[in-house]
Amino acid sequence: MQPKLTLLSDDIIERIIDEAHQLMLKPGIKVQNPEARQLLGDAGAKVDEESQVVKIPSDIVKKALETVPREFYLYDYDGNPKVHYGGDSVHFDPGSSGITMLNPETLEYDTTETPHLLKLIKIAEQLPQYDAQSTAVICHEVPKDIQDTYRLYLVLLHSKKPVVTGAFTNKTVQDMIDMLALFAGGRDAIREKPRAIFDVCPAPPLIWSNFGAGNLIALARAGVPAEIVSVPLAGAAAPVTILGAITQHTAECLAGIAIHQLAHAGSPIVWGGAAAIFDMRKGATPMGAVETAMLDCSYAQVAKTLKMPTHTYLGATDSKLVDVQAGLESGITAMIGALSGINMISGAGMLDFLACHSAEKLVVDAEAISMAKRMVAGVTLHTDTLATGFYDEDINFKGGDFLKQRITMQLFRKEQYLPSSIIDRDSVRGWKDSGGLDAFGRAKIRVKELLASYTKPTLDEAKENALRDYMIDLAQKAGMDTLPSLKENDHIVA
Amino acid sequence: MSEELYKQMAQCIIEGEKEIAIELAQKSIELKMHPLDTITKGFVVGVNYIGDQFGAGEAFLPELVMAGEAMKAAVAVLEPELLKLGEAREVMGRVVLATVEGDIHEIGKTLVGTMLSASGFEVTDLGVDQPADKIIGKALEIDAQIIGMSALLTTTMVRQREVIEELDKEGLRPRIRVMVGGAPITKDWAEKIKADGTSEDAVGAVQLAKRLVGKE
Repeated sequence: MQPKLTLLSDDIIERIIDEAHQLMLKPGIKVQNPEARQLLGDAGAKVDEESQVVKIPSDIVKKALETVPREFYLYDYDGNPKVHYGGDSVHFDPGSSGITMLNPETLEYDTTETPHLLKLIKIAEQLPQYDAQSTAVICHEVPKDIQDTYRLYLVLLHSKKPVVTGAFTNKTVQDMIDMLALFAGGRDAIREKPRAIFDVCPAPPLIWSNFGAGNLIALARAGVPAEIVSVPLAGAAAPVTILGAITQHTAECLAGIAIHQLAHAGSPIVWGGAAAIFDMRKGATPMGAVETAMLDCSYAQVAKTLKMPTHTYLGATDSKLVDVQAGLESGITAMIGALSGINMISGAGMLDFLACHSAEKLVVDAEAISMAKRMVAGVTLHTDTLATGFYDEDINFKGGDFLKQRITMQLFRKEQYLPSSIIDRDSVRGWKDSGGLDAFGRAKIRVKELLASYTKPTLDEAKENALRDYMIDLAQKAGMDTLPSLKENDHIVA
Repeated sequence: MSEELYKQMAQCIIEGEKEIAIELAQKSIELKMHPLDTITKGFVVGVNYIGDQFGAGEAFLPELVMAGEAMKAAVAVLEPELLKLGEAREVMGRVVLATVEGDIHEIGKTLVGTMLSASGFEVTDLGVDQPADKIIGKALEIDAQIIGMSALLTTTMVRQREVIEELDKEGLRPRIRVMVGGAPITKDWAEKIKADGTSEDAVGAVQLAKRLVGKE
């Protein structure tokens, strides 16, 4: 039995959905993309072109909810299904779109470039806790026009895992779809077995921007999965109450699903977000706050009532270092996300309100994720009797009796998650002998080990070359002579 | 032929297959293989392998214990054969193990006993809550080279010192060497009470014991 955390009663969920429908009529949804307004208007919504506000009646939403897929998979490079969006499946991926990275030696925040992203890709590739890669940080040395395509390019070249990504413009989303198609063998192939999912953000409160709605339409038509990342900031860009913020989140998601399904019925889309409370002292959006996790748990419950696949941003921290605060915020929120049965939980590795990435934190968070996944696996009945079968004639009432049982050897790996060297369970002496390090110190070593053990996956050379040519073309159009050298950068990273 | 059998012997120890270990030991007797070769070229290879794996963090306690138990079972089959040949397996040393007086914890100590036996030591495990005179008396009785003492509590670890002081008073050291262990035991503590050594785990204890008897 998978343990589940629920915060809302059925009655409250019904009221949330009801009030969300009311919000879509009054004040309505501001839809800044003309094509999206056209789609909604043609379907019967009342459109005010001047204010760009669309009043979306519930029948449009209901129809969209009839055509939207309840589940789908993301596939790895080899075409194996790896991420199940749907039901109560739980997956994790590293947080994305960081702009800085913690330098483990100086503790400064480095502006991210190619070597930083490569480092994160190589680590996530080797940790089974991460079911997908993300386009984790922006590479600032390439022009803005190609920063989103370039991130995806690097991931595709260095990983076989599915990818959680996103485009920064309505033009580049097409480029990125092209890149995925190059690798998969055409646009039909990525519809059949999608490798990547694209985050698409409405703007709170109740706005679908030109860019956001444009992306929804493009992804729907390409049949590439979209992930709505609605970001109600409770107390600033959304009502201060958890229930109020969730209701706004519901309205934004439902409006997004309506636009998406009108563009192409049956294309896959995920009910997701990066909700947060608004910190009233610092004006910040804390990702490690327990109320942030409560918002996410709550909206996941709404999604599950509507039988939608789910996503959220948890497992991150607002701390500036990989310290105690980082551990407790990331661990607690990862656990809450997992217990909420959220299909994809993004955020691992991230510090400083999702702005800063850390390779060291990524390996520490992997342990929290394993604990969360172990918890979600629940308590299992492994044996015919619960206990009596363990007490045979060899029992001599000594503490070590059960260590001698074959069944202990057979089952201990199933019952216990065996942590990596990040988790210290040594004696004081053993701990001192191995350097007397704290978790951050151990993480630094593990990062170095993982970078040393990484090998680039073997990919189809022709496809690789085609992808490289495509990227070079984009880079040259953006004013670059050539792409940053990966070899040289490898050297810097190592 | 025997090479293949040695491999199987090592493998059954690694997998902790006690019944198979017994079968293979019996088979080696039928095939008139020398029991000492069977032990050293076959079964011991498996014990060493799993010990190394444990030390590297690749194997875990249940595997270590199962390997030790399988080893003991195989040796028990082969020992009468050795006696018949008028030979004995080279005994690495004789060890008395005990948890000190006032302390009833013994999982770690039992593990050490299993691994010592598997590695060729003759182990007499007195169990828990053993006063100094009993431990020393048994050591003299079997002419032990090593006393191994366990204590889990900070309140009982001082008993380790009492045993050592008693041995010194009787002039029994260095004839009898002392190894100490248990969760609160540190290298500093071992030095402070003038023990001959301590180890972090059962695999390390075997290495320590070998060193103490000069058979590293």
